[in-house]
Amino acid sequence: MINWMQTYLLRHLQVFFYSLGQLMRSPFSMLMTSAVIGIALALPTGLHIILKNMQTISGDIDSAAQISLFLKKSTSDTQAQQLITQLKAMPQINNVQYVSRQQALAEFKRLSGFGDALKALEKNPLPAVIVVQPSISQAGGAISNSRATELLVEQLQAKPYVDIAQLDMQWIKRLYSIMDIIRRGVIILSGLLALAVLLVVGNTIRLAIQNRRDEIVIIKLIGGTDRFIRRPFLYTGFWYGLFGGLIALFLVISSLLLLSGPIEALTQSYESEFSMQIIDFNSTLWLLGGSILLGLAGSWLAVERHLREIEPT
Amino acid sequence: MIRFSHASKRYPGGFDALQDINFHMSPGEMAFLTGHSGAGKSTLLKLIALIERASRGQVIVNGQNLAKISRRKIPFHRRNVGMIFQDHQLLFDRTVFDNVALPLVISGLSHNEIGKKVRASLDMVGLLSKERAYPITLSGGEQQRVGIARAVVNKPALLLADEPTGNLDPELSREIMSIFEQFSQVGVTVLIASHDIDLINHLPYRILTLKNARLSHDSAVVAQP
Ligand SMILES: Nc1ncnc2c1ncn2[C@@H]1O[C@H](COP(=O)(O)OP(=O)(O)OP(=O)(O)O)[C@@H](O)[C@H]1O
Ligand SMILES: [Mg+2]
Repeated sequence: MINWMQTYLLRHLQVFFYSLGQLMRSPFSMLMTSAVIGIALALPTGLHIILKNMQTISGDIDSAAQISLFLKKSTSDTQAQQLITQLKAMPQINNVQYVSRQQALAEFKRLSGFGDALKALEKNPLPAVIVVQPSISQAGGAISNSRATELLVEQLQAKPYVDIAQLDMQWIKRLYSIMDIIRRGVIILSGLLALAVLLVVGNTIRLAIQNRRDEIVIIKLIGGTDRFIRRPFLYTGFWYGLFGGLIALFLVISSLLLLSGPIEALTQSYESEFSMQIIDFNSTLWLLGGSILLGLAGSWLAVERHLREIEPT
Repeated sequence: MIRFSHASKRYPGGFDALQDINFHMSPGEMAFLTGHSGAGKSTLLKLIALIERASRGQVIVNGQNLAKISRRKIPFHRRNVGMIFQDHQLLFDRTVFDNVALPLVISGLSHNEIGKKVRASLDMVGLLSKERAYPITLSGGEQQRVGIARAVVNKPALLLADEPTGNLDPELSREIMSIFEQFSQVGVTVLIASHDIDLINHLPYRILTLKNARLSHDSAVVAQP
């Protein structure tokens, strides 16, 4: 039994490497097919990784969101300082910055250029502002972060002297829905390109079957089972999948390396400590596993479809 | 070993290649199948190897009714039938050794066993020195002998040969026939299709004659209709 198993495994290994040898006989056509598979798989993989990076960036931006507390005009500076001490004690708050009514007016004059017009006003129309920097744990992920931020806004709104607590989440929400659309697009694109890979492998194997028609007839004549005949073609599909996957991996890594410089420069201008992640172990495994599976499935389809048609007469 | 009862073969298109064939061969028997071109010799051998199926009647090989063998079981039936083809059917991109080894590889034998059996088989047909050669470099007679070595390498109980001496000189033809005789002496049933009347009339074996798809003469049957 053990002996039989060893023989069986040995046969499989032989066919496994024999099919590789057959492919290597025409390296150019084998490279062409693998490259087509590689390009088709690199596209969705690359988009997926860019999307993942965008999620990390938006997470950073989200937790870096500021809340502006516009104080009631009747609030004195001392009362404001009391509130600030209170806020600083809160664990959800990282940093607090006070802009008094005078400072607000001065800044407004400087930025707006309405300096002279404002001189005509008797009273300072601007409220004092406390800019609150929330400190929210990075572990929670983007969605729970934004939930926590909103909760904090409600809490701050209820504080004394606070007129309006304002958080402009609108653009982050828009970013999320844009990313959701892109994510779905990537899924659809992946599906279509996987189908393309299936067809490419299927067609290549179909041609290989036709080229070896005589051989298949002879093997059938002397008692070769369908399984025996199918085996080398399935392994050929496996090799196409593996090489296609490796080419895709190479394409993804090299394109993202080219992109990572400018992207990091861009995010640094937003004062984000972001470093681009090229491809992690899991994604690599998914890419290679998926492409091998597609190679096997494509050759399986071709073999099932065309092997039966070839019968000795 | 082989029994045909009222077996007929009609090819798609309506041509009757065999009609109402009846005969029986015992294990270890050797016989010739002869007849004019198109008489149905190859078709009869194909029915035995399940390359074609009888349209009517029964073909029984080794006690098994071939009509009951499903498509999936056909390979296992063929492994018990060594067949030598009119057109050799060799793989031209593989060596003589690999060609002869193919039936053993299909059966999943170990490397050592394959080496031994292939060499024994090549030795029998006198081609041991050519094991590394490619079939394309061999003469027609040598290719035919590679086909014979492949047919007998896993010692089938039944050997079918379709024109095995088709393009050989008389000397070589007799040699090939003596190889078949050796097999029949060790209990292998041998059925050889040939229209080489001169050769087979000089040998003391049963002759089945086909004429226009019918068995017109059987030398084993004393009374003629
Ligand atoms: N696949 C097929 N489809 C239709 N007709 C066929 C087929 N194979 C053979 N035939 C016909 O059946 C008849 C018998 O053919 P077969 O090959 O058995 O003859 P044969 O006795 O072997 O002849 P030869 O000595 O020339 O080899 C022939 O007339 C042939 O045209
Ligand atoms: Mg014939």
